[in-house]
Amino acid sequence: MTHHPLLTVSDLTIEFATRRGPVRAVEKIDLTLGKGETLGIVGESGSGKSVTSYAVMRLLDRAGRIAQGHISFSGISIDQASEAQMQDLRGREISMIFQNPRAALNPIRKVGHQIEDVLLRHVQATHANAKQKAIDILTQVRIARPEERYHAYPFQLSGGMCQRIVIALALACQPQLLIADEPTTGLDVTTQKAMMDLIVELTRERHMSTILITHDLGLAATYCDRIIVMEKGTLVEQASAAAIFKSPGHAYTKKLMRATPRSGIGLRDLLPDDLQTGAQPVPRKPPGVVLLDVENLVKDYPPTHGASLMSRLLRQDAGADKPFRAVDGLSFQIKAGESLGLVGESGCGKSTTSMMVMRLLDPTSGRITFLGQDTGAIPAAHFARSPFRSRIQMVFQDPTDSLNPRFTAERSIADPIYRLGSIKGSDAIRHRCEELATLVGLPVALLDRFPHQLSGGQKARVGIARAIALDPALVILDEPTAALDVSVQAVVLNLLEELKARLGMSYLFVSHDLHVVRMLCERVIVMRAGRIVEQGSAETIIEAPQADYTRELIAALPHPPV
Amino acid sequence: MSETSVDTIPRHATGLAATLQHARYVIGENPVTGLSVSLFALLLIAALFGPWLVPYDPLASDTNLALHTPTPQHWFGTDQLGRDIFSRVVVATRLDMGIAIASVAAVFIIGGFAGLIAGYFGGWTDRIISRLADTIMAFPLFVLAMGIVAALGNTVTNIVIATAIINFPLYARVARTETNVRRDAGFVQAARLTGNSEMRILLTQIAPNLLPIMIVQMSLTMGYAILNAAGLSFIGLGVRPPTPEWGIMVAEGSGFIVSGEWWIALFPGLALMLAVFCFNLLGDGLRDIFDPQRRT
Repeated sequence: MTHHPLLTVSDLTIEFATRRGPVRAVEKIDLTLGKGETLGIVGESGSGKSVTSYAVMRLLDRAGRIAQGHISFSGISIDQASEAQMQDLRGREISMIFQNPRAALNPIRKVGHQIEDVLLRHVQATHANAKQKAIDILTQVRIARPEERYHAYPFQLSGGMCQRIVIALALACQPQLLIADEPTTGLDVTTQKAMMDLIVELTRERHMSTILITHDLGLAATYCDRIIVMEKGTLVEQASAAAIFKSPGHAYTKKLMRATPRSGIGLRDLLPDDLQTGAQPVPRKPPGVVLLDVENLVKDYPPTHGASLMSRLLRQDAGADKPFRAVDGLSFQIKAGESLGLVGESGCGKSTTSMMVMRLLDPTSGRITFLGQDTGAIPAAHFARSPFRSRIQMVFQDPTDSLNPRFTAERSIADPIYRLGSIKGSDAIRHRCEELATLVGLPVALLDRFPHQLSGGQKARVGIARAIALDPALVILDEPTAALDVSVQAVVLNLLEELKARLGMSYLFVSHDLHVVRMLCERVIVMRAGRIVEQGSAETIIEAPQADYTRELIAALPHPPV
Repeated sequence: MSETSVDTIPRHATGLAATLQHARYVIGENPVTGLSVSLFALLLIAALFGPWLVPYDPLASDTNLALHTPTPQHWFGTDQLGRDIFSRVVVATRLDMGIAIASVAAVFIIGGFAGLIAGYFGGWTDRIISRLADTIMAFPLFVLAMGIVAALGNTVTNIVIATAIINFPLYARVARTETNVRRDAGFVQAARLTGNSEMRILLTQIAPNLLPIMIVQMSLTMGYAILNAAGLSFIGLGVRPPTPEWGIMVAEGSGFIVSGEWWIALFPGLALMLAVFCFNLLGDGLRDIFDPQRRT
């Protein structure tokens, strides 16, 4: 690059003051960003990628400070700038897209007004033309019927729509630099693709520079010119997107790449060499008898009443008093020892289905036959006392949220044993917990810890140990790795596969990630709007999808240059 | 990934030792917390051992010594009947603290449980409990307490009941909100899967998570409870003379301020102030100890 870079970060060290003295979150980072360039910062949680970008915006927590180094943005020294100068820069010159679009919007202000606020603050519009400008921007981020949406409140918009508004806010003042901090985490793959395409297109049009912060190497490689890989606060590798995939230099990058689920590989391939056991994977047994038989399952949610009168008036939603059909005539079977993947985007009814199979929710109609018994006929409220309760268990999406913060790991694992198990006596239960911990690869020494003292992967193991404590016949996995880093995900997925073979369980794996589903499941069901779009063997669906919707889902997965 | 190896994570002390260590840190870092803890210890000693520690019988009157200014013999002076004010202030601690603790304990159990079921079950349970709390909140609280004591009769038990009732909405609302956000948390769902009944989930899974905030709430309302009990006695409801009680003593002394005998009302008033002050500051400290995320 011959001309002057837009952003230069040199020798940046960021410290956080903690009780045990200062902790370095970022150590001696150097990076430059040219005009119109898209830079990806990739790393797992705790790598310091977000902290770096917050430092560029000077939005660090009170405890954090720039201990060393310089940040210079088009000739302005950010580390020396006054707060007033920074306020002028933020939004007008540098703007940011946050991870959770709903949290980034003011819930009680019309989105149009929120865009006007930014325009007026930075004198990009006058009161006379602010509304028109706001609507123009809404049009640019492809919001249908922008005049109408101008008056919408954030709660009336979908997650993808909210993210478009956040993008509109960030781009309203034509900034020179856009920082996108995990802009698509929590969004569906198709929405993710639409969002990323939009960001890239809009920033190219305006000749803006972009920093994309993500944990997903594939996503970064697809959309960025250059990639920086960070590990534990240090920069380990910096290369062009194409080069990093072809020949990753650093061992950490290799590990990260390896752990990223992609087409044409098996579960074992995700693990780094030092975790390869050498032993041949346990061969999958042919599926046995039918374990779970779901016929014509329907779930209606009643229209909202009473307290929602206000929201109905605001929403002017004519459909509000019709019941909402979340699951519409679903039928499928799971055989003993088989894994079935349930794939679909948010709102497709996959979680509702798993809740009904789990017997936490009563279906409106349809049959659920489990182990030859019509379990669908037992009301969910009474199922806790049913003998079938222990035969069907679940691993939850968020390992943190699913563990009681005031229970030790042992108490959490032992909970099902206390209530439903046949083992009595504290020594015997302790022994069983240790056995389970060993089975899921959790060091026995960690059993006395509380959830906040465990890492994400360890919490996931506790959740799995709890689910298998009673030797269930069927385990429902509700996106069990969605909240984990890729390298931890690789380990947990392998653990699940091994446990299945060893304990002879069946899985119902609910996910939106087709790659992950393909590796773990024999059969896949693709769902949309409560109905089955396509079902068949995992390989066939990925390699030769029949339905347009499945093709759309597969196309939306990030395709890094290989 | 070495995420499972034990050595990569710093060892944490667990259980009581960790709590004590953390408490020492919080107290050391914030001297105000240290001050409130020492004040609390002082109040506790006075409440438990007061009658054995004081130099004079709090009820013994001696007209020769009436309205004496503070002297080395009578640190806080004497009142119109010649009773030693220091002894009376110290002995009164037990009664005032007793009323406050009893009422706070009662409202913690009743209000906390009402809030738990309101937040957990929702629907009509929630409507009835929440509207009940709103109704109580709609009254000027001290006037309501006066009314309750006047209607039920002038006894210490009724002061406890009245104080508990006026604090009910605070506890019910806090417990309701805190339960509501946890009602559908993953660990509650998981507990359903492991065969726990709804009531068991409520008591063993959710209630322990409410304790930190409820303990803080208790400390804050303790101050109000003391003030409320003293206030009722001040206007002649509740505890009757000659029982030593801060509110009565202030009331008795107030008539003498004009004529220059300031010490009769001042010292019990000071004790009252210190007690309220102590519990309010203690609330902040307890929050730092039990609920580090809410620290300011």
